[in-house]
Amino acid sequence: MSEEDTATAETRHLARYRGDYPIVVDGLVNRFGSQTVHEDLSLKVRRGEIIGVVGGSGTGKSVLMRSIIGLQHPSEGSIEVFGRSITDAEPDQNLGVRSRWGVLFQGGALFSTLTVGENVEVPLRQFYPDIEDELLHEIARYKVMLSGLPEEAVSKYPSELSGGMKKRAGLARALALDPELLFLDEPTAGLDPIGAAAFDRLTRELKETLGLTVFLITHDLDTLHEICDRVAVLADKQVIAVGTIEELLALDHPWIQEYFNGPRGRAALASKERSSMDKQPKAGA
Amino acid sequence: MSIGAEFSVEEREEGGTRVVLSGPWLVSTIGAIDQDLRALQGDYSTIDLTHIEEIDTVGAWTICALVRDHGGEIIGASDRAQRLINAVQGFTSQEPIQPEVLPIWQRVPALVGKEVVGWAKGTLDVIGFLGQIVMASGSLLLHPGRFRFRALVRQMELVGVSALGIVGLMSFLIGIVIAQQGAVQLQQFGAEALTVNLVGRITLRELGVLMTAIMVAGRSGSAFAAQIGTMKLTEEVDAMRTIGISPVEALVIPRILASVLMMPLLGFYSAVVAIIGGAVIADLTLGIPFFTFLTRIKEVVPLYDLYVGMIKAPVFGLIVALSGCYQGMQVQGNSEQVGLRTTMAVVQAIFAVIVLDAFFAVFFTEIGWG
Repeated sequence: MSEEDTATAETRHLARYRGDYPIVVDGLVNRFGSQTVHEDLSLKVRRGEIIGVVGGSGTGKSVLMRSIIGLQHPSEGSIEVFGRSITDAEPDQNLGVRSRWGVLFQGGALFSTLTVGENVEVPLRQFYPDIEDELLHEIARYKVMLSGLPEEAVSKYPSELSGGMKKRAGLARALALDPELLFLDEPTAGLDPIGAAAFDRLTRELKETLGLTVFLITHDLDTLHEICDRVAVLADKQVIAVGTIEELLALDHPWIQEYFNGPRGRAALASKERSSMDKQPKAGA
Repeated sequence: MSIGAEFSVEEREEGGTRVVLSGPWLVSTIGAIDQDLRALQGDYSTIDLTHIEEIDTVGAWTICALVRDHGGEIIGASDRAQRLINAVQGFTSQEPIQPEVLPIWQRVPALVGKEVVGWAKGTLDVIGFLGQIVMASGSLLLHPGRFRFRALVRQMELVGVSALGIVGLMSFLIGIVIAQQGAVQLQQFGAEALTVNLVGRITLRELGVLMTAIMVAGRSGSAFAAQIGTMKLTEEVDAMRTIGISPVEALVIPRILASVLMMPLLGFYSAVVAIIGGAVIADLTLGIPFFTFLTRIKEVVPLYDLYVGMIKAPVFGLIVALSGCYQGMQVQGNSEQVGLRTTMAVVQAIFAVIVLDAFFAVFFTEIGWG
C-alpha cells in the first residue's frame, strides 16, 4: 500500500468491523528481565461479546490488556485488533484503530486539570478537529449522562468526584469516540456492591445498545456471573480455558474449581440464580 | 458508498417538507455538515433515515437535535438507528462544560481574602508545629529509649554523606569564580595578592554555609516534604499514630537533628573545597603557588570568620529541615499537593535562609567580628 493510500484510509471514516474476531492474540510472550509473565498465550475475542478475563494476582491480566492496546510491546507473538497487527507497528504509528477502541483504566485516569466534560472532549478534539465547539459540548454532555452521571457532573473536576463517579467519568471518556471495542480494567473494584451492580448493568446496557465488544478484566465474581458472555482464565502464563462459566465448571483444573467453587464463588452463583428467578416471572408476564 | 454524511430538504407534493439523510452518520463525518444542519430553518414533517448507511450515537444525537429544533417524524430508521436514538434522546442539557468563573471584580478580592486567611492559618499552624516539636523533644529527653538512633544515622547519611559530591563540585567552582573574578578587579589596584583574603574570608563567613544551605534545601528539604507528604497520603502517618508512635518523634525529630548536625560539617567542607578551588586558579593564573595560598589563608583569615560560619550553619539546617517537615505534614488530599508543598518547602527554606543571613551579617559586624 502506498503512502497516499494510507493517508486517505486514515481520513476516510472507518467502516464498522464485520469480522468475527476483533481481537486475536497468538503466541504472545511477555518477559520482564528473567521473569516470564506470558508464555505462548493465545486468545480470540468474538465480536459483540463481553469477555471476562480472570486470573490470580500477578498472572498478567493487565499486561495482556496493555499488550493488546499497544502500551506494552511483547517479546514475541502477534496481536491483531480489527484485523490490523498491533505488534508489527511502531509505538506511535497511526494504525487507524485507536479511534475505534475506548479504554477505562483502573483509577479512571482522568486528566485532573480538566473538567469531566473537557476530559470527554479530549479524544474528540484529537481525532476530529473539524467538529465545532457547540457540537463538541453537546456530545460531551450526552456522553456523560449516558454513563449514568448527573448532568452537573460535566463541569466538575475529577477531584470533586467520588470513586464510583470517577469510573463513570472514565467510561464517558472511553465512549467518547463511539468505539466498537471497550477495554475495562477492574471497573467494579473499590465500588460498593450497589454501585458495582449498577456499573454492571450499565456495561450490559451499553454493550447491547451500542453493539460493543467488551474486554473486561475483573476479580468480581458477581460481574462474571451477571454480564460476561464468556470468561477467559489466565493461569500458568497462558489462557488455560475460555468459555461460559458452566463450561469452565465442567473442567477439572484446580485453580478454576477453587475460584468458582470457593465460598465467594458459590455465593455469587447463588445470587445469580436468585436474580434470574426474579426475572423469570417478569419475562413471562 | 458515499464518503460523507449528506442531507437534502425536499418539498413534497402532498404538503410538508421532508429531510432525507444519507451516507454514514458517524462521529467522523458529522463535523463536516454540523454547521449546515444548524443553519436550517423552518419546520419539517418527516425525517427520512432510509438512506443512512451507518450510524453511531453522535449521528443519533444529531438527528435528535434536528427533531427537537424543527419537529418532524422519523421514518425508515433501522433497528440500530432506532436503538441509538432511544438511548440518547433524553439527554438534553445546557450545563456549561467548565465551572462558572466569577467576574474579575469579585474574584480578585475573594482570592486576596483567601490568601490573608491562609497566612493567618499558616502562622498558627507553624506555631503549633513548633510546639509539637518542643513537646516531642521533651518527651524524648524523658524517655531516651524511644529515640530513633538508626533513623538519625540514616538521615545523616542522606543529608550529609551523599551530598558531599555535589556540594564539593559546587564549592570548588565557586572558589574558582571568586578567585578569578576577584583577581581581575583587584589587579586594577595592583592588589591581586588580596585575592587570598577575598576567597578565604568570603567562603568561611558567607558563601560556604549559604550555598550549602541552598543546596541542602534543594536536595534534602524537598525530599523531607515529599517523603512525609507521600506518607501522609498513603495513611502511613495515621497508621503510626494508631500504633502509638508519634510521627513527630519518628519522622520529624531525626530529620531535624540530622540537618542541624550535618550542616556545620557540610558548610565547613564547602568552605575548604572553595579555598582549594581558589588556590588552584591562583596557582594557574596569578602566579601564587598553591601552598603559599593556603599558608596565607591561615594568616589573613581571622578565626572568628570560622565561628561566624559555624554558628550560622546549624540554624540554617534547622530552618531547612523545619520547613521541609512542616510542609510535608501539611499535605492532604491528592498527589498534586505533594508537588505543591515540596515547592513551597524549598522556596520558604531558601528565602528564610537568605533573610536570616542578612541579619546575621549585620549582627556579627556590630559585635566586632567584622
